[in-house]
Amino acid sequence: MEMLIPIIVTLVGAATPILIAALGELVAEKSGVLNLGVEGMMLVGAIAGFVAQFYTGNPYLALLCGAFAGAAVSLIFAFLTLSLSANQTATGLALTIFGTGLSALAGAPYSAKPIALMAPLFPDMLARDPFWRVLFGYSFPVYFSFFMVAAIWWFLKRTRTGLILRAVGENDHSAHSIGYSVVGVRYAAVVFGGAMAGIAGACFPLLLTPQWAESMTAGRGWIAVALVVFASWRPLRLLAGAYLFGLVMTMELYAKAGGGVLAIIPSELWAALPYLATIAVLVLISLRRDASTNAPACLGKPFMPAN
Amino acid sequence: MTLSRRDILKIGGAAAALPLLGGTAFAQEKLKVGFIYVGTINDNGYNYGHNQGRIFLQDALGDAVETTYVENVPEGPDCERVLRELAQQGNKLIFATSFGFGDAVIKVAAEFPDVKFEHATGYMKADNVGLYNARFYEGRAVCGTIAGHLSKTGKAAYIGSFPIPEVVMGINALALSGRRINPAFTVKPVYISTWNDPAKEGDAARALIDQGVDIIAQHTDGPAALQVAQERGIVGGFGQGADMSAFAPEAQLTAIIDHWGPHYVNSAKAVIAGTWTAGDTWEGLKEEVVQMGAYNKKIPADVVADAEKIRTGQIDGSFKIFTGPIKDNTGAERVAAGVAMTDAELLSMDWYVEGVGQPV
Repeated sequence: MEMLIPIIVTLVGAATPILIAALGELVAEKSGVLNLGVEGMMLVGAIAGFVAQFYTGNPYLALLCGAFAGAAVSLIFAFLTLSLSANQTATGLALTIFGTGLSALAGAPYSAKPIALMAPLFPDMLARDPFWRVLFGYSFPVYFSFFMVAAIWWFLKRTRTGLILRAVGENDHSAHSIGYSVVGVRYAAVVFGGAMAGIAGACFPLLLTPQWAESMTAGRGWIAVALVVFASWRPLRLLAGAYLFGLVMTMELYAKAGGGVLAIIPSELWAALPYLATIAVLVLISLRRDASTNAPACLGKPFMPAN
Repeated sequence: MTLSRRDILKIGGAAAALPLLGGTAFAQEKLKVGFIYVGTINDNGYNYGHNQGRIFLQDALGDAVETTYVENVPEGPDCERVLRELAQQGNKLIFATSFGFGDAVIKVAAEFPDVKFEHATGYMKADNVGLYNARFYEGRAVCGTIAGHLSKTGKAAYIGSFPIPEVVMGINALALSGRRINPAFTVKPVYISTWNDPAKEGDAARALIDQGVDIIAQHTDGPAALQVAQERGIVGGFGQGADMSAFAPEAQLTAIIDHWGPHYVNSAKAVIAGTWTAGDTWEGLKEEVVQMGAYNKKIPADVVADAEKIRTGQIDGSFKIFTGPIKDNTGAERVAAGVAMTDAELLSMDWYVEGVGQPV
């Protein structure tokens, strides 16, 4: 049992970047845009955040720089797919390759340089307490991710702007015919997704491992993309999904490190669990009619109004 | 007959004849040496080490050599293309620095019989393909001595990428030397199935430290685990491939540093003198291909002295870590008392010594 709190603390660290990136992707997909460039945008955010932290030592500024960098590269994607109606799948993949290369190029001079980790948000008395650190021991992005789950849920469900965004994603021609700017809304959603991916990327050097390494997000952007489907485009399920993935990723390592009860389930099984869980959830979704139709109807389709 | 590079470009269409012409053209000129790396020279570890070796060679022989490198070369057909290009550009000595380049090297070497190839950590030789490797485990034996003395819990961990002999050897050397000092010393191997995922390396270190490990050795290419050791304030860990003290000034007890430079100099000199033959070298502390970083100043003097004894013992040949009696982790005796394991046995090691937990 004494292992429980350390496991939760590690799990929160593993889940947070995935959750933040997936929330951004969820908003973009709700507007009808499938952006497969999350991994690339995260890497660009990671190097931008690293460089800002390296020179200023201000982690909030670093997160902001990560957000700006992620948003900036997402604009390239938005321009190609929304203004020029390029294929979203191909452009998204290209964005990932571009982001990986760009971040490696920009990061080349910083490979042997450490930075400081972002300090916990709460005072040491709470953050270092052996028990209360499970609630108060984290730095800002963790609380930000929870706040954004609620904020995005509220925005999509309860606000007029959120309704317009969903309308654009469900039926772009109808939204267009009653006077909403489909392309404008989608630009905003894609840029928001890019900023969130950038913040998620910046979490890697700021929260997890205070250094720059090429491709340091190691495929977690793809997990974020998959999670959005896994969660059938619902923010609260996304929260549950991110923590489920975080749990199995963490448990694999704790099981390998070998502590008593943890070793009962072999680590290979822990390693396979995310994929088993994905299959199980996809089966459940396809069994339930209402959930399977939850995908935005215009997802991935370019908008070409007939004037 | 001399050809300028421009002339060669002009007759570029006759690509098949090119290596032949290049051979006569550059014989009197400086030796061109090519390197291919599987990763980036900025990885601060393995590939960085090889590139430092290239720079060492260039500095040591100056005008006599001209070195070029290609980084991020994928293992597979693309590697053949890069090797062929280097050979066609007139490189007479080519170092392929990753295990997975082996097949491509053998194939391309057959097409360019006048070009010498050397393949690091490989096992396939040919008339113009030599092999070279480093005895990293000798460094692990020095690390294990320090770990055996300093660990309070007697529990060390070893974060590895894949269970290949190279990594198994390192785990066993750490455990054997640690148990010479503290018979209760154990090593827990954890394989994370990747050479480069810093966040996973960090989380593995967290999981291990949470379960009472106070020494962390790693065999992945980055300093992520050391940084966690520093953050958590455990006894420490060891740099791998390069000095990583910048990332973990308190936690890095010492480092195993790859120093390929002297080997590259010897090979280049042999090619220039015309005495190069396809060799099979496996050098270590003695030849300074493996070096130890500075000892952390928090290590007590008597521990440093003991570590130095192991280091110098391996240099003068009086100490060999893989000398019997060695039991495996099921208790069966694998090496009889007084018998030293052969290189071939080491290179195919697939069992763990006593005190190493079976990876799950």
